[in-house]
Amino acid sequence: MIPFDQVLVQIVNGLVNGMILALVASGLTLIFGIMDIVNFAHGDLFMLGAYVGTTGYIITGNFWLALAGSVLTMALLGAVLQSTALRPLLGRDPLTTILATFGLSLVIQNYALWQYGPVPRKILEPVKGHFQLFYIEYPWYRLVIALMSAAIIGGLYLFMKYGKYGIWIRATTQDRTMAEAMGIPVPVVHTVVFAIGAAMAASAGVLFGPTVGINHAMGFDFTLRAFVVVVVGGMGNLGGSILAAIFISLLESLATIWVSPAQSVIVSFVALILTLLVRPTGLFVPTPK
Amino acid sequence: MTGPSRGYWIGFFIVVGLLAASPIVLPEFWQRFTTEILIWGLFAMSSDLLIGYTGMVSFGHSAFFGLGMYGAAAALLMVKPPNLWLAMLVGLVAAAVIAAFVAFFSTRLRDIYFSITTLVFSQIFYVIIFTWTEVTGGENGLTFRQPQFGIPGLFTTPFTRNGLHWFVLGVVVASYLVLRRITQSPFGTVLQSIRENEPRTRAIGYHVEKYKIVSVMLSGCFAGLAGVLYAIQNKFAAPDFVLFLISGEAVIFNVMGGIGTLVGPVAGAAFFLLMKEVFSRVFYEYYLIPVGVIFTLMVIFVPQGLLGTWKRVLNR
Repeated sequence: MIPFDQVLVQIVNGLVNGMILALVASGLTLIFGIMDIVNFAHGDLFMLGAYVGTTGYIITGNFWLALAGSVLTMALLGAVLQSTALRPLLGRDPLTTILATFGLSLVIQNYALWQYGPVPRKILEPVKGHFQLFYIEYPWYRLVIALMSAAIIGGLYLFMKYGKYGIWIRATTQDRTMAEAMGIPVPVVHTVVFAIGAAMAASAGVLFGPTVGINHAMGFDFTLRAFVVVVVGGMGNLGGSILAAIFISLLESLATIWVSPAQSVIVSFVALILTLLVRPTGLFVPTPK
Repeated sequence: MTGPSRGYWIGFFIVVGLLAASPIVLPEFWQRFTTEILIWGLFAMSSDLLIGYTGMVSFGHSAFFGLGMYGAAAALLMVKPPNLWLAMLVGLVAAAVIAAFVAFFSTRLRDIYFSITTLVFSQIFYVIIFTWTEVTGGENGLTFRQPQFGIPGLFTTPFTRNGLHWFVLGVVVASYLVLRRITQSPFGTVLQSIRENEPRTRAIGYHVEKYKIVSVMLSGCFAGLAGVLYAIQNKFAAPDFVLFLISGEAVIFNVMGGIGTLVGPVAGAAFFLLMKEVFSRVFYEYYLIPVGVIFTLMVIFVPQGLLGTWKRVLNR
């Protein structure tokens, strides 16, 4: 019999991790939905965002300033990457974009290794203190992460619903040619979407930074998990991705009660394979007509 | 269909002859380097069967390579005295079984979904190999002694450096000819028609899924064979070779060399390893920065790869 409190602690853990993952995955799914780009470098943008956060923290000494700095820097980098490396690929097979972003991922990963070295770095958490959650002292900061992620995702939702660019983005997702005919500057929209995705990955990286040591290889892990989430949630479906992120993280957290964290990844992989076999369009979307 | 031109065969024998002569001429370092190019070239060719001919990009080829390695390691460690042919057989069977398993699930999906599924499968095998320390040696992997070369009942002799090179060359050239034959056979033509137009191939009456499964299995077998050769050359099996980076390299070899040519990926492997060697001297362990930039530029500007222009000649 598993102790009930252990399950509850893992559920809280799963929700917190799920919110971070949702933040990463919603950027990925946004980019896929609008440009058919499978961004293999997404986890690496997350990782580089975290590193830029450490630099910002050293310069300013303030976590929130570092967060803002990293988000802006990475949005700029995202815009540059999109307009140089990905714009020429528009209209080609989505597989080509995997290859190109895979090349970018190699560059970003090794740049981070070169710039920041192999020793993991850490950002100090801005909110200290713990509260008693059954048998463990649970850090308040982890709840701050979940809330911040929810706020950013909520912000994205409002922006997509009411912002001018948000409406343009949705129009371009629905029909690229028609949107262009209506006078929407589609190339600019593409660049902005990639920048937003990169910025969201960066914010997730900085928020996640204090809970682990930041190293150059952690990006790939997140790329893979974000892929799993995006496919389980339905490619290009924002709401589905968020639900799937929480679902996958809960599964993984609960699995750690029985197996080691390294092995718990397999649970989410199996979830992915089952989803692809049973319902390839995604678990959390209505059945396409 | 016309047969290959005389020029093709002349080129073929010149290249094989040069490769055969290389260990005698080249200094020790470059000689070992050439052997490695051949092994990675075989790995790249195996993946070309999927990418270039069937039109499915596998991002999980490291699983087959790794299983070949560990299969060979198991045979070499458990049977005394270590037997070369048994190691190759076990490595091939291990890779084939895993490939059948992966193919069963992944071939139901297309395009990027196929890529992601193969990637996920290779990562599952990585986690299993990495954490199952009692059997696989975990992070440290397995080390063993090099088997002797021999023909059963006739003679056995330990591998010399040159001998190993020629053995690898023989296996790789034979694999190339077999793969070439496969791609030109009626079976291979069906694979290419799946690449060109899958719904139409199905409409003609071919059982597309079966063809895809067999092509993944064949591809996995040759990848496993490359893994066996690598294990024999280096006398170890390590989880690093199941890791995603190796699958990524297979894709890089293909894109750089030119998909759908079989020879192109070998050239791509040579080009990649040469770049790695040159850039390592300037950028040390960060050589993947310039290599990544060149790769991305090639994807954008030279999508047909180095040998893509000769695709027609090479496939005749």
